Amino acid sequence: MYVAVKGGESAILNSYELLAAERRGDPDVPELTLAQIRQQMRLAVDRVMGEGSLYDEDLAALALKQAAGDQVEAIFLLRAYRTTLPRFGYSVPIDTARMALRRRISATFKDLPGGQVLGPTYDYTQRLLDFSLADTADAPTPPRVDEPLPATSPRVTDLLGEEGMIEAERPAAGDPAPTDLSREPLRFPANRATRLQNLARGDEGYLLALGYSTQRGYANSHPFAGEIRMGEVPLEIIPEELGFAITIGQITLTECQMINQFAGSSDVPPQFTRGYGLAFGESERKSMGMALVDRALRAQELGEEITSPAQQAEFVLSHTDNVEASGFVQHLKLPHYVDFQSELELLRKMRASSAKVGAGDTAIPGVQPSAEREEA
Amino acid sequence: MKPNDLPDPAAEHGVRQHWLSELAMAPLELLELFFEKMEASGRLPVATWLRKPQSGLTMVRARAGGTGMQFNLGEASVTRCAMQDGMGRVGIGYVRGGNSRHAELVALFDLALQDAALQSEILDSVVSPLAAARVAAREKSSCEAAATRVAFYAMAREQQ
Repeated sequence: MYVAVKGGESAILNSYELLAAERRGDPDVPELTLAQIRQQMRLAVDRVMGEGSLYDEDLAALALKQAAGDQVEAIFLLRAYRTTLPRFGYSVPIDTARMALRRRISATFKDLPGGQVLGPTYDYTQRLLDFSLADTADAPTPPRVDEPLPATSPRVTDLLGEEGMIEAERPAAGDPAPTDLSREPLRFPANRATRLQNLARGDEGYLLALGYSTQRGYANSHPFAGEIRMGEVPLEIIPEELGFAITIGQITLTECQMINQFAGSSDVPPQFTRGYGLAFGESERKSMGMALVDRALRAQELGEEITSPAQQAEFVLSHTDNVEASGFVQHLKLPHYVDFQSELELLRKMRASSAKVGAGDTAIPGVQPSAEREEA
Repeated sequence: MKPNDLPDPAAEHGVRQHWLSELAMAPLELLELFFEKMEASGRLPVATWLRKPQSGLTMVRARAGGTGMQFNLGEASVTRCAMQDGMGRVGIGYVRGGNSRHAELVALFDLALQDAALQSEILDSVVSPLAAARVAAREKSSCEAAATRVAFYAMAREQQ
């Protein structure tokens, strides 16, 4: 009954070579360079960095090339690679107020200080296929004005906070270090810092769908996009041999501050509540989905009834990770010959006993009618 | 535009903090150019490795709502190295990303900048031009973004 699960080595090796050839495609077409992927597929690179939870454009571009554009596979490659690198430490918490803005919009205030800056957005494009891109052309030069944006622009939530109209976001006493899901397993109940780390590397499609579900009435929290900003922030670390902070480069981030309907208590007058999204690169959809889900997951803290999937931390956080999800779904392709044989045997026994009942006392004990039909 | 995104050179450790940051933020091509000039003059320090370039990770932290509790956003790759000259001075290089050569050049300039005889010259001929180039690049990008700033007009509805 048991069939040995050995063999297939040469088939596997040949499949590697076939995969490499399929990845390359028609050799008459020039091979993609990593610089081309980084420059011209930058949003794909950003998603791989975000969900791969590793900010490195070169490695993300390489992963995309190796995965032939399969994003979840590329994310898996990046996650696997990061486990080979030593951890040097933690950054100084980045400050999004210091962001060199390339985009900044608010759906709540028309005339906000610093203005509405559309930046490089698809929002106002017609979504008509541009057939001129089918041919190569000279690089366009974007228009420029003489006066740059203000060096810093206040966050919309900070402006509302000055009036006390929105709940304050302050560190807890002593500004404690958060638990790190790359070091410790996810445990419940998960505090907000843990939830935010989980969501930050979560699958964009999953967060989008859950966020969408809250808008459709499953835990509606009446969200407004208070502010979305995108641009570069300095990345600072404190090397132990120096003892003071230095900037080691900059990273691009997209931040979404979602403003939601009210909460209040006997101590606090009614005020707007918040959902927060932050993602590597230009990842607006991801950061908005994250902000909606962050807010939904605060249901218990804000005294709301938990009625919907997006509010259930154990359900939401256990299924955000597309590397885990992909692995568990795809493991079904691995040999399950023994498991399946035992189920087959069980089914035969069930059928045999039901046939026995149907046939009254005439069946001979120990003889399984189905066994006669078994082949091989 | 005031370059507000880097440490203040007037602060404690300010000058070294400033040059290490500018060197790390500089495009590698520009840094190579300054390296070639300095090397041609024969005045760069002779250094030995204390730690050869090594790639690793730093966990990027952020704050909920921008100002609240800390959380771990995700990791970034970092390359670091350290070198020493005959006087026992230690130059260190930390750069985001995986480029060993960049980390090496940062450490080499950091070492040279600790030499009182070279410091003001390198600050003027390397660090200041790097800072100016960085601010100019940032300003160019900001002026492009500013061109997409929305100007609203009040529309008065006509009475029928």
